[in-house]
Amino acid sequence: MNQVAVDMREIRKSYNGTRALNDISVHIHQGELFGFIGPDGAGKSTLFHILTTLLLPDAGTALVGGFDTVREYGKIRRIVGYMPGRFSLYQDLTVEENLKFFAGIFKTTIAENYHLIKDIYGQIEPFKNRRAGQLSGGMKQKLALSCALVHKPEILFLDEPTTGVDAVSRKEFWEMLQRLKAQGITIIVSTPYMDEAALCDRVALMQKGDFMAINTPEVIVANFGYRLFAVKSALMYPLPAALEAMPDTKAVYRFGDAVHYLNTHEDKSAEDIIRHLQVHGHNEVTVNQVNPTIEDCFMLLMKKEETADANT
Amino acid sequence: MQTPDLIKQNEPNHVIEVNNMVKKFGDFVANDKLSFFVRQGEIFGFLGANGAGKTTAMKILCGLSAPTSGEINVAGFDVYRQTDLIKKNIGYMSQKFSLYEDLTIRENFRFYGGIYGLKNAEIKERIAYLLNRLGLMHAADKVLKEIPLGWKQKLAFSVAIMHRPKIVFLDEPTGGVDPVTRRQFWELIYEAANDGLTVFVTTHYMDEAEYCERVSIMVDGRIEALDTPARLREKYQAASMNEVFLKLARIKKSES
Repeated sequence: MNQVAVDMREIRKSYNGTRALNDISVHIHQGELFGFIGPDGAGKSTLFHILTTLLLPDAGTALVGGFDTVREYGKIRRIVGYMPGRFSLYQDLTVEENLKFFAGIFKTTIAENYHLIKDIYGQIEPFKNRRAGQLSGGMKQKLALSCALVHKPEILFLDEPTTGVDAVSRKEFWEMLQRLKAQGITIIVSTPYMDEAALCDRVALMQKGDFMAINTPEVIVANFGYRLFAVKSALMYPLPAALEAMPDTKAVYRFGDAVHYLNTHEDKSAEDIIRHLQVHGHNEVTVNQVNPTIEDCFMLLMKKEETADANT
Repeated sequence: MQTPDLIKQNEPNHVIEVNNMVKKFGDFVANDKLSFFVRQGEIFGFLGANGAGKTTAMKILCGLSAPTSGEINVAGFDVYRQTDLIKKNIGYMSQKFSLYEDLTIRENFRFYGGIYGLKNAEIKERIAYLLNRLGLMHAADKVLKEIPLGWKQKLAFSVAIMHRPKIVFLDEPTGGVDPVTRRQFWELIYEAANDGLTVFVTTHYMDEAEYCERVSIMVDGRIEALDTPARLREKYQAASMNEVFLKLARIKKSES
């Protein structure tokens, strides 16, 4: 156990002089469900292209399943499954024909690995004679995942499988991933949705071609380093500006139905915040200390990176 | 937060009035007797699972598609007979911004100002005002493809409200951007709504649903719930809008 599925060292990639990946390294263990979390432009897809041997890095090395992505790309392609961000199936083939095609190029059959895809393919099998182009978004997603799984890959790469997908379908998709993980497949997934980080074993928080943190979601949250307050008032619109005016404010931002507030001073209490707001004419103020989410951590890390950038 | 009254209909401050809106495609009922209103200056969240019928409804409200039946009034105009007037009085922005990558920021504004029939002097004034508000005066002559996604998103919003529409429709406006930029975008929405603009927004980020004054949730072509986020959370005994959404939308999800 604990063998390495991905061993990536100092990978660099630029497009027309713009750095997409900035000498980044990561280890992903076998059987792990690993998430690359970050917005558009963070470099997630470039990273996936390099790891799936579709793109050459400018510098650095990456081993996938023990094979080098540059010299041994053929071996890697046999052991990985890849679901790209954009729907990549043949629109004018039927559901079944698409799956047969992908099984065929890997010299296997649907029957041989049916146990692996049954859970997912079973849901769209009633429509197996429908052309892929005529499926709903959720069904296309399930077909694409079935096609990426049909050759029984050791490592599955899913590039933003849930982008633009509603909250219910996203939840169902993650439940499917958990069941696949239970079968021993290493799952590497990217997503711009911060709340999905909590569903991964470990995550890399990614921004502008760098990893801001790599760890379990629990440890990232535990390393937050500030007391986080959720503040509400009768007047929510001007609340951030009023909080901003407090001395030694570290960060103020809206979060769900509240405003999140951080102060650089450890001993700043909820009472201090309430007093400040009352002086500024706010009524019905409530202040609760809350646990940070990955999204809070991501924003704090972004702030740190910006400060670091400004100092160099 | 102020508690909006949910019962009153046919009020002069309603900029969208929808009564029994139905849209059928053959036998398929995409919108099944939708009834709701949106107040002037309100931020109204329009939620639903993929395939619930949101896009169909939005197209009707924007004057791009005729309903099968129902009474629908947008910005004071009828969706059957006055679609041109509706289009002039609304703005629209989607995640796939329709800005021109090879034009500069200023040129994009001028182009859309021209389409909406604004006079030259007015275009100049609006560009100055909107860029000033975004703090992007210095970047007016930058070509679009050279600027960050977060700027483009704010520009797309500014372009959509350049002709001073009564309502702006935002279709998943914040997809893919980082959490800080996403919040900056929402500050822009708040500011515009505070100035009296009505904002009609769809999103898959459930925390953004909390930022809306009222939220409707569509399931299988119907509006299953419509209220303030606080009241919805209370009614469905949920800690967040995400939970409310999961409870409602999971009841029946038909895939066909």
